[in-house]
Amino acid sequence: MNETPLLQVDQLTVGFRAGQEFLTAVDGASLTIYPGQTIAIVGESGSGKSTLAHAVIDLLPGNGRVLGGHILFEGTDIASAGRDKIIALRGSSIGLVPQDPMSNLNPLWKVGAQIKEALTANDVAHGAAADRRVIELLEEAGLPDAERRARQFPHEFSGGMRQRALIAMGLAARPKLLIADEPTSALDVTVQKQILDHLDQLTDNLGVAVMLITHDLGLAAERADHLVVMYRGRVVESGPALEILQNPQHPYTQRLVSKAPSIASQRLSSVRAREEIREQAVEQAAEIAAEVAQSSEEFGQGGSDVLVVENLTKVFQLRGAKPWEKIDFTAVDEVSFRLKRGTTTAIVGESGSGKSTVARMVLDLLPATSGQVLFDGVDIRTLNSKAQQLKFRRQMQPVFQNPYASLDPLYSIYQSIEEPLRTHEVGTKKQREAKVRDLLDKVSLPTTVMSRYPGELSGGQRQRVAIARALALDPEVVICDEAVSALDVLVQAQILELLNDLQAELGLSYLFITHDLAVVRQIADNVVVMQDGKVVEQASVAEVFDNPREAYTRKLLDAIPGGSIPLANA
Amino acid sequence: MPETRPGQERFVAPIDETPLRAIDAVDVDAVPESQWKEAWKRLRVSPLFWLSVVIIGFIAIMIAFPTLFTSADPTQGSLDNSFEPAREGHPFGFTQQGYDVWARTVYGARASVAVGLLSAILTAVLGMITGAIAGFYGGIVDTLISRISDIFFSIPLLLACIVVISVINNTWPNRGFWGSVLVVVVALALFAWPQITRQMRGAVLEIKNLEFVDAATAIGVTKMKNLWRHIVPNALAPVIVASTISLGVFIVAETSLSFLGLGLPPNVASWGNDLSAAQNQVRSGQHLQLMYVPAAALALTVLGFILLGEAVREALDPKARKK
Repeated sequence: MNETPLLQVDQLTVGFRAGQEFLTAVDGASLTIYPGQTIAIVGESGSGKSTLAHAVIDLLPGNGRVLGGHILFEGTDIASAGRDKIIALRGSSIGLVPQDPMSNLNPLWKVGAQIKEALTANDVAHGAAADRRVIELLEEAGLPDAERRARQFPHEFSGGMRQRALIAMGLAARPKLLIADEPTSALDVTVQKQILDHLDQLTDNLGVAVMLITHDLGLAAERADHLVVMYRGRVVESGPALEILQNPQHPYTQRLVSKAPSIASQRLSSVRAREEIREQAVEQAAEIAAEVAQSSEEFGQGGSDVLVVENLTKVFQLRGAKPWEKIDFTAVDEVSFRLKRGTTTAIVGESGSGKSTVARMVLDLLPATSGQVLFDGVDIRTLNSKAQQLKFRRQMQPVFQNPYASLDPLYSIYQSIEEPLRTHEVGTKKQREAKVRDLLDKVSLPTTVMSRYPGELSGGQRQRVAIARALALDPEVVICDEAVSALDVLVQAQILELLNDLQAELGLSYLFITHDLAVVRQIADNVVVMQDGKVVEQASVAEVFDNPREAYTRKLLDAIPGGSIPLANA
Repeated sequence: MPETRPGQERFVAPIDETPLRAIDAVDVDAVPESQWKEAWKRLRVSPLFWLSVVIIGFIAIMIAFPTLFTSADPTQGSLDNSFEPAREGHPFGFTQQGYDVWARTVYGARASVAVGLLSAILTAVLGMITGAIAGFYGGIVDTLISRISDIFFSIPLLLACIVVISVINNTWPNRGFWGSVLVVVVALALFAWPQITRQMRGAVLEIKNLEFVDAATAIGVTKMKNLWRHIVPNALAPVIVASTISLGVFIVAETSLSFLGLGLPPNVASWGNDLSAAQNQVRSGQHLQLMYVPAAALALTVLGFILLGEAVREALDPKARKK
């Protein structure tokens, strides 16, 4: 066994200049990588994991600086080496696969030319030889029809194909170390799995060491044999991947192992917890429905199904090749499902499967081409009078994906949560304020945030505000469109817990749109799997997870990272 | 399981050195700050902003209290004083008609700034309304407004104003100070609105697709209320910046029109009229202060407003606002 480390990071401290002082982003971090080995750095956003990687390849932004410690690459300290030396190392000895495949290719250059640049810049090959090599590299990265692909522009590539091109580029000069900075976090799960599998195989064959940076502990443990867990700039725990997962020592790692959806969803305890919540919620919802039925006749006809979607179809007209041509694109094709009072139905699918379009039609934000949405037995398209429409709006509320765009930046938190109450003229000003306080309390936010603005809150906190706003009108159904996808894993777990608690307390019914099956098991009772606008499978969560009928569903389940890792106390 | 290699042994950081924080804790002590408050905070420390405040403040005082600066009457000329050099109380001497040069310049600020401010406001209002409607409703309305604004955009501003004012001059010759200001303002705004329309349309198009607009719709907020309460306020920042900068342009335009004899009537003290009257001095090369003094005042005022625009742009820049 080769015992000389390829890369040794020793007590590395990196700071960013902010005005007069330096803010420490990485604080005394140490790690070791051996040739051909894959290690993973795990941490939430702001933990310093990317900063550490960027320090290794000297790509810190202008205000960042290495303040202390050493980075030894094959025994030479590159933290104190001159600029030329590092430029010589980049590409040829250390390669990088960046995070966002959408913005890391120059849109004006053909993909082949960009890979060729990596070859010529490192003096690997020139001219016609380089052109031939580009095609080999693209083939190696798993792009079929590489010769034609090399002549295409980045916009002609899908996200997964772009990431493959970036991998080809990172490996072009056969580096000894490849830094992969969240290489798949912008991609669909199935594509993620494909790409990571391919990367694994490739680096194994070539004997390239990989430094994988990820926020997903399950994914890290599955791909790497050595883990480094970072928290607020410090390495809090490191060691063999399995050992860490089965026996986490540091409280932060323990928290990650117990809460991160990809791992937590395997636990039977979380499944049991979900069952209890459903029982409570269904009971609560039935009581509420009974009350409503007494007080008003026109609603409450839906029985136990609060929402019924029948043969819902949406056809978009796209511009064709010629100006007068129109192409019909069926985004949603004959989708039907039911949402039982007090339960959660999850719609799962990859990007482009039409799941968000379904959500927008159910919310009546987008007219359906055909089909029906029945809310409490009433077709929402037949609600003509203003009063009826307002009443419908009150009973169904959305929580959207992007916590940075779902709150008006000019509205204070109080104004945002009060807006639905004001729009529906609920209560007096005093009563409304009391209600806002109550709602903030429900989503576990201190009332001091009332006078603050969305820009001052974190993503998770904004999502709480969005939930509070959605609950302001005491709705029966909440539509969560990728409501936790943009959040860090622990915050994600926290919001899921909050949604679960609120469901039990208020008897809410959720329609939960997500691409992430790992989340589904923690929140949903029924699953609708969508692919290319069609429903491919629909059943209860237990059935889908334990006994998936369709190949596509199985593929999605297989793609959940960390699913195969044996846990100590599962 | 592969054996552990040196440097990769199990390591756990001392727990007291790496204390765990609550997940996603709220900073309870933070002071609330709206976007405008934050922009003001950034303006407050901008030297550019304070320089513009000093200049504009100075001009404002000159307009409000002209007697603080000169005791001479800008409308009383005596041919006895024609081209008289500077003397006590008349620091820059007299024009050919025997007016006090300094007094003309001080009183002329009122007309220039009035035209600049009013044109900027009228242009902003026209542009905002058309731009918001075009961006929000889209389709045929958008096409109509955009094409009309393209047509207006292609006509040179000054040329168009010259034509319009010449026509009005024929039908409404003696219109006094405010009448003249009104005509110039309307003529300028009539041809300057498309720029603001484009800015506003672009901003509205971007904002109307954000999720908070959908969230408001789902609450039951009507289209109109959504537009005026959520979309327009968020689209305002670039329009404010463009308007502040255009203020300087309008002041220059008024001066140019008056210089050509089309802006304000010659009996009104305005920098354009003074510069027009000083043409002969430029040719003869004598008594050049007749040109320098109003020209310097004009340059200073325009500089003040352009600096203000630049400072506001920096303060409202969304890139700088990122935390």
